[in-house]
Amino acid sequence: MKVTVDLDKCSDHGQCVFAAPDVFALNSRGELTFRDVAKGTYVSGELDEDLRDSIEEAIDVCPMQAIEIED
Amino acid sequence: MPNASNRDRGLTSLERSRVVVVGASLAGLRSVDSILRAGYSGEVILIGDERHPPYNRPPLSKEALSSSEGFDAIKLRSSTKPDSYKMILGVGARALQLEEKTVILEDDTLIEFDGLVVATGLRSRALAIPKPKNGIFSLRSFDDLEAIKGALIRAGMRIAIIGAGFIGAELAGTLTNLGHMVTIVAPEEVLMQRPLGNVLGGAIGRHHRERGVELCLGRLPLEIESGSDGFTLYCDDGTIIRADLVIEAIGSIPNVEWMQQNGLDLGNGVLCDETLRFGHGGANFAVGDVARFPNLAFDEVPRRIEHWGIAVDSGRYLGKAMVSLLTSGTIPTSFKPMPAFWSDQFDLRIQSFGIPGLVVDPSQIRILEGDIDTEVAMGYFQEETMVGVVLIGLGQSHMKYRDEVEKSLKSR
Ligand SMILES: Cc1cc2nc3c(=O)[nH]c(=O)nc-3n(C[C@H](O)[C@H](O)[C@H](O)COP(=O)(O)OP(=O)(O)OC[C@H]3O[C@@H](n4cnc5c(N)ncnc54)[C@H](O)[C@@H]3O)c2cc1C
Ligand code: SF4
Repeated sequence: MKVTVDLDKCSDHGQCVFAAPDVFALNSRGELTFRDVAKGTYVSGELDEDLRDSIEEAIDVCPMQAIEIED
Repeated sequence: MPNASNRDRGLTSLERSRVVVVGASLAGLRSVDSILRAGYSGEVILIGDERHPPYNRPPLSKEALSSSEGFDAIKLRSSTKPDSYKMILGVGARALQLEEKTVILEDDTLIEFDGLVVATGLRSRALAIPKPKNGIFSLRSFDDLEAIKGALIRAGMRIAIIGAGFIGAELAGTLTNLGHMVTIVAPEEVLMQRPLGNVLGGAIGRHHRERGVELCLGRLPLEIESGSDGFTLYCDDGTIIRADLVIEAIGSIPNVEWMQQNGLDLGNGVLCDETLRFGHGGANFAVGDVARFPNLAFDEVPRRIEHWGIAVDSGRYLGKAMVSLLTSGTIPTSFKPMPAFWSDQFDLRIQSFGIPGLVVDPSQIRILEGDIDTEVAMGYFQEETMVGVVLIGLGQSHMKYRDEVEKSLKSR
């Protein structure tokens, strides 16, 4: 399982950080840390299945609906 | 208790039961998600009167208005498989018979339920003044957005927005950025006066003015006339405003008429208890914008909260509450969310935590950090308790302030 974030849609609300702190974080400028490493769409490495519930929660709570799971 | 027979059934014996969710938008979809996630094995039916599948409303006054992307860009995502429930679109619920546990649709279909979720949200309020029948818009739905987009036929149009709330202010920002000339007309003295107070509302108004929005505040249109040169708005103080397009953004009305005649309190939404339950003992819940509930983290006063985050949180809460009620007859925890809200206006990101609108005394609204005219954190206090924080900018601090409101409420 991988997680993708559409960084053009994302507007750094940080709701995902509350839902899945093991996956998402904000940097010191209040931006999603994935912005430091990617442009356009961020694609994670292979993630542990245990994280699925919290990532699904992040998908639900993202105001910009920017997060997806890729199986 | 009409539901007594359900009491001792386990999850598996719910197989032949049915939950009906009325209102196929954010709160309704999240309710379906959470009911299924809680292991509910019966049938779930989601009913929506719009012809579109559930979509995200906040972009309507923001990105979706300025971009050429179509419906797909705002379609709501869900972790639930589409074939695990049934969705009926384009047909609304016309009546509720709570005793009989049935919902009647506009096409007279009768649907029985064991559990009911009301997620019918709000619709735009219209000004009750003399005005032309056509050409005056409002914004609540995707179809409303399409209508407005269709009317924006050239650059530099004169647009009058009636209403100084969040949606009016966001529209002003987006339409100005698109190159139109926007005037906001409203009876309040500052933008977003009720939720934010005069100081912050005034500061945000200055941002709008600097970016070209004309603010005609402290007055109310009494009549709108249409002629060959567009619309003329006549205000109570004698001001006359001319516009090519008029958008009403004066607030919303809960969609509850279909629930009448069940002896329910439907004054300003569906009155619920602290578990979002309503009615006379059945498994009936209301979620999202339409629910009026006491949030015991604050006090016992039932309120409606028109926040995206509350629609999500209430929908997510619903699943366990519903399944637990249907299987054991009890609900384990009450719904005590931390209200959070955001709004984008021009380059301003406004974020709010808690319920700042609880505080009306200006001496109880204090700057916590920053400068009112650039980036600022404002604290809203009831005695020593910080019941709300509003940020303009300061995105890097929003976690901190959210936590602080939470801590402050817990320690009172
Ligand atoms: C333009 C706009 C911008 C916004 N921006 C923000 C923002 O920046 N931040 C924020 O926090 N919130 C924002 N909001 C608020 C947020 O969108 C709402 O809180 C959220 O949509 C509430 O979801 P809901 O499902 O409770 O109700 P709704 O989204 O109103 O959905 C109710 C649904 O039920 C349907 N329905 C009604 N009656 C019936 C019936 N009898 N039978 C069947 N279906 C029925 C309706 O047609 C609708 O589809 C905004 C809202 C709008 C309109
Ligand atoms: S919740 Fe969504 S918009 Fe907010 S930071 Fe996470 S991905 Fe971006």
